[in-house]
Amino acid sequence: MEKQKVTINVFRFNAETDYLPHYDKFEIEVSKEEVVLDVLNRIKWEYDGSFTYRRSCRHGICGSCAIKVNGRSTLACKERMIDMIELFGTELTFDPVSKNRAVKDMVVDKSDFWKKHDSIIPYLVADIDEHPESENIVPPNEAEQIDEADYCIQCGCCYYACPVVNEANEDYLGPAALVKAYRFNADVRDGAKKERLKIVDKLGKGVWDCVKCYECTEACPKELDPMSKITKLHNQLFQEEVVQKNVASRHAVGFKKSIEKHGILDEGMLVAYSEGCAVFKHIPEALAMWKKGKIVMPWEMPKSKKLDEIKKLIKISSTAKF
Amino acid sequence: MSLKYALYTGCTARESTPELLKSTLAVAKKLDIELVLLDEASCCGASHLQDFDDFLSLVLNARNICYAEMLELPMITICNTCQLNTALTKKRLDENPELKERVNEKLGEVGLEYKGSVSVRHFLYALIEDYGLDNLRKKVVKPLSQFNIAPFYGCHNIRPSELHHFTNSTKESAYNPTSLDELIEALEGNSVDYEHKNKCCGFHVDLQAPKTANRLSGNALVDAIDNDADMMVTPCPLCHLNLDVKQHAASREVGRDINLPVLHLPQLIGLALGCTPEEVGIQHNVTEVNIV
Repeated sequence: MEKQKVTINVFRFNAETDYLPHYDKFEIEVSKEEVVLDVLNRIKWEYDGSFTYRRSCRHGICGSCAIKVNGRSTLACKERMIDMIELFGTELTFDPVSKNRAVKDMVVDKSDFWKKHDSIIPYLVADIDEHPESENIVPPNEAEQIDEADYCIQCGCCYYACPVVNEANEDYLGPAALVKAYRFNADVRDGAKKERLKIVDKLGKGVWDCVKCYECTEACPKELDPMSKITKLHNQLFQEEVVQKNVASRHAVGFKKSIEKHGILDEGMLVAYSEGCAVFKHIPEALAMWKKGKIVMPWEMPKSKKLDEIKKLIKISSTAKF
Repeated sequence: MSLKYALYTGCTARESTPELLKSTLAVAKKLDIELVLLDEASCCGASHLQDFDDFLSLVLNARNICYAEMLELPMITICNTCQLNTALTKKRLDENPELKERVNEKLGEVGLEYKGSVSVRHFLYALIEDYGLDNLRKKVVKPLSQFNIAPFYGCHNIRPSELHHFTNSTKESAYNPTSLDELIEALEGNSVDYEHKNKCCGFHVDLQAPKTANRLSGNALVDAIDNDADMMVTPCPLCHLNLDVKQHAASREVGRDINLPVLHLPQLIGLALGCTPEEVGIQHNVTEVNIV
């Protein structure tokens, strides 16, 4: 492809003057070298000078030009137009990363994003000698534990792709802040690990509210796999013995208990173990399931063959305590 | 064509979604696909055991794959989350010899060895890639042409796409998936295009954050209904538990009356291939399936 004609529907809104947003349609010929940001520039420079968006470095470092192309979080300076055309065809829609937070056109109010970022102690806490005799050197194997989490550019692609934050629970910290928490928790020089873990352990806002949908991993333009950092924070909660005993942590541990006993999962026992006394709230649902033959009674619970083998492996391979 | 697989059923198919196992076996029979059940397998940890003890989860998942390797059969799954955890274990071990050795040290204690010699795919993709949709189309005796069917892909079959592409030759896009739509069309149904088809049902926070789970499931159901769906179909039993069994709760959370039959993928295929509703376990669905 040398040149390709595309139709782009662009979200237009000015919070100061408009009651509702609308879309402007642009027919543009794009070349194979052009990235999405080039097209944003051309819309502003060639068609409508009032079109507004954030941009700065043009090199995938400043994190300011994130938008959504056909619903997909996209760092505009990084993604080529031909790849967007291959993915979605020649009719494209440009939206801000969050329509609910739109201020003007592609520009959104990121205040909730930054507030959450600030809440997880996003800096190194260390007693550092003001006049050291030599450098504080972190050996490579220890630096690697950070697992590239320090490459995060705070573009928000993951945060605005997260369905928990955007559709269900606005208190959830979201992937970007959690990646930042992991970044400092994995830093051997840091001394605020437990404090940070107490924050991310809180039900309603921390790691336990992640739905494990991998939208963040898919969205991250720096390929940092935020989901894997969230898993590592879970692991740290147990390793550092910070984890509160509640329905969520018991649920994770309950899997081990059930596998130890049956090999396969005992669904009823898992819910009972996780919920404790609160298990009674599940009775109406359990009854409906029972009527449809969806509940296996404890005495009928199937077991994996070679259960002794599973038990032995659990005994010799366990690395975590509760 | 003779296809033979090692079937990792996962736990739900043997407990809260018996209709999934039943319909899978019924479809396999209709298509002359031989399935060997991996009865030795344990739970995959459902991406929760991993939060507690990642290494233990790797060992258990590798053990499950060992049993397919011993049969020298490609492994198939019928649950998206089983697929995620099994395939992710395979990818991590295949790409990291040191980790593989640590896991094999443990497996060696019970006389097993993980080799990495078999593939791990969801039944949906095994059907598309090995059996072929054209061949499936030829077997349809009850076309679904009068139904608008909303595909609900479920996260762990399509994301992370890096894992999906490691596992499957079907290069599905996580943002614009088409496999389930194409399968519906092969059964002569009308696939419904709607925004939430590749979104999350919230299953993994059902216990600690039911409001989130109900909201996400409710949004998906409402979106399907608003796009004229007569029913929904999903390849994942965990999505099915949220969308079918907990449909009332989702309906309450989003403040809309929802009454949408939700079928497991093999239930839908089975019906089109001429199985009776009983044979695909429709009697186990909680939301009444009154259209078959």
